[in-house]
Amino acid sequence: MVNPVSQVGYKAVQLTQDLGSMAAFAVDIVRTSLTRPVRFAAFAREIYKLGVLSLPIICVCGLTVGMVMGLQGHHTLVRFGAQRSLGAVVGLSLIRELGPVLTALLVAGRAGSATAAEIGAMVATEQLNGLRMLSIDPVSLVVKPRAVGMLFVTPLLTGLFIVCGLYGGYLVGVGLLHGDPGSYMSSLRAVVDFHNDIECCMLKSTVFGLLLGLIATYRGYTSAPTSQGVSAATTSCVVISSVTVLLTDYLASALWGV
Amino acid sequence: MGSGSYIALENIRMAYGGRRVFDALSCRFPGGKISVILGGSGLGKSTILRLIGGLVRPQGGRVVVDGEDVSRLSPRGLKTVRRKLGMMFQGGALLDSYTVFDNVALPLREQGGLSEKAIAEAVHEILKAVGVSDADDLLPGEISGGMLRRVALARAIIRKPDVLLCDEPFSGLDPVAIRRIEALLVQINRRLGMTMIVVSHDIHSMMRMADHVVLVLASHVLEGSPGQLRQNEDAEAVEFFSDDLECYQKQGAV
Repeated sequence: MVNPVSQVGYKAVQLTQDLGSMAAFAVDIVRTSLTRPVRFAAFAREIYKLGVLSLPIICVCGLTVGMVMGLQGHHTLVRFGAQRSLGAVVGLSLIRELGPVLTALLVAGRAGSATAAEIGAMVATEQLNGLRMLSIDPVSLVVKPRAVGMLFVTPLLTGLFIVCGLYGGYLVGVGLLHGDPGSYMSSLRAVVDFHNDIECCMLKSTVFGLLLGLIATYRGYTSAPTSQGVSAATTSCVVISSVTVLLTDYLASALWGV
Repeated sequence: MGSGSYIALENIRMAYGGRRVFDALSCRFPGGKISVILGGSGLGKSTILRLIGGLVRPQGGRVVVDGEDVSRLSPRGLKTVRRKLGMMFQGGALLDSYTVFDNVALPLREQGGLSEKAIAEAVHEILKAVGVSDADDLLPGEISGGMLRRVALARAIIRKPDVLLCDEPFSGLDPVAIRRIEALLVQINRRLGMTMIVVSHDIHSMMRMADHVVLVLASHVLEGSPGQLRQNEDAEAVEFFSDDLECYQKQGAV
C-alpha cells in the first residue's frame, strides 16, 4: 500500500511539473505571437469558430440570466420598497460578477472543450508530428491562433452577455412586472461607473480569456495520442478552466476589489 | 546530402516507459539508396524513423544525420536538420481541416519566398506526378486511402528533401495501390537520387525495391543487400523469412 504522505508528495511534484511546463508553453505562445508569420487568416478562422459560433448560446444565456435576475431582484426589492433600483441591481451584478464569470464558464464549455478536443485529435493522428517534420512549429501554426483568438473573443462575448442580460432584466422588470422604464435605465446609469465597473469587467474577462486559451490549448497539446487521451483532455480542460475562473474571480475580488 | 553520405544509428538505447525497445541498436543507411527496415511487430521499426526525425530521443547512443547527432540538437537545430528530411506517416498526418491543395502547398508557403502562382504550379506538378491531379479542393477525409498516401508523399517531397522516411506506406492498401506507390517511390529515388528509408510489413514489395535491408529481430539487427539477407543463416532471420514464405503460400492457396 502506498504511503498517503508519499502520495501527497507525488501529486505535489506532478502539479509543480505541470505548472512549470504550462508556463514554458505560455512563453512559447508569447514568443510565436511576437514573431512572424502573423497568421491573420488562421486568426480570423478562430474568431469565427470560437466567437461567432458562440453567439447564440451567449445571447440565450445572457437573456435568461437577466430575466431571472429581473424576476428575483424585483421580488426582493419590493420588500424594501426599492423596486426602482432594479436596473442598478441587475446592471451591477452582471457587469461586476456574473457577466465575466458566466461568459468564461460558457466559453470554457463550448469553445475551450472544442479547442482541446481538436488539438488532441491532431496529436492522436500525428498531424502535429507531420508539421514538425516539415520544420513547421505547431505552436505557431496550430496553438497561437486558437489561444490568441480565445483571448480576443472572451471580452467581446462578455460585453454581449451583459447587454443581453440587461435587456432580459428590462423585459421582465418593465415588460412583465410593469416597472417604470425610466427608473430602470436611470438607476442603471447612476450606479455603473465606467472606470470602476466596466473597465474592471473587461480586465477580468481578458484575464479569463488568457487563462482559457492557455488551458484549452495546453490540455490538447499535451494529451495522450489515443481516443481516451482526447476525451481526458477535453474533460480536464472544462474542469480546470471552470475551477481556475472561479478561483481567479475570488482572488481578484478579494485582493483588488475587481 | 550526396550519394556517399548516410544516416547512422550508433548504440541506441531506447525504452517506452518500462518497455525496453533497443539495447544497443546500431545500423546505417547509405545515401542515395532505398533502404528498407523489416522485422516483426513491436520490435521498434517505426521508432527508428522517429529517432532519425528527432521526434523521439534515445536514452543513450547517437543518431547521425548528415554528420550531425540529432539526438542532442536544440529545437532550432532540429528544425534545420528536418529541412533535409521528408516523412510520409502511416496515417498520412495531413491536416484534416486543410484541402489537399493547401496541405501540399503548406511547406512551400511556410518556407516563404515564392509567389502564390509559383506555389500553385509546383503543387499541381507534384500532384500530377503522384497521380492525384483532380482532388485539389477535397479534404483528406473525402479521399481514398491510396490517394491519401499519395498526397502525403507529395507533401513530403515537395521541398525535394535529401532523405525520405516512409512509415508503412503500403498498409491497408490493395495490391494495385501498393504496386503504384512502390513504382512511385522507386521512380523518385532513381530520378532525384533521394535517400529513402521505408518501413513495411510487405516483405515481397520491399525485397523488390530495396537496395539495402535492415532486419530488426528480437535480439539483434542484421543488415545487407536483399540477397545477402535471404541467404543469411542466422536462426532468427531464417525463421523470419520462412514464416513469411509460409504465410505467403497460405495466402496464395486461399
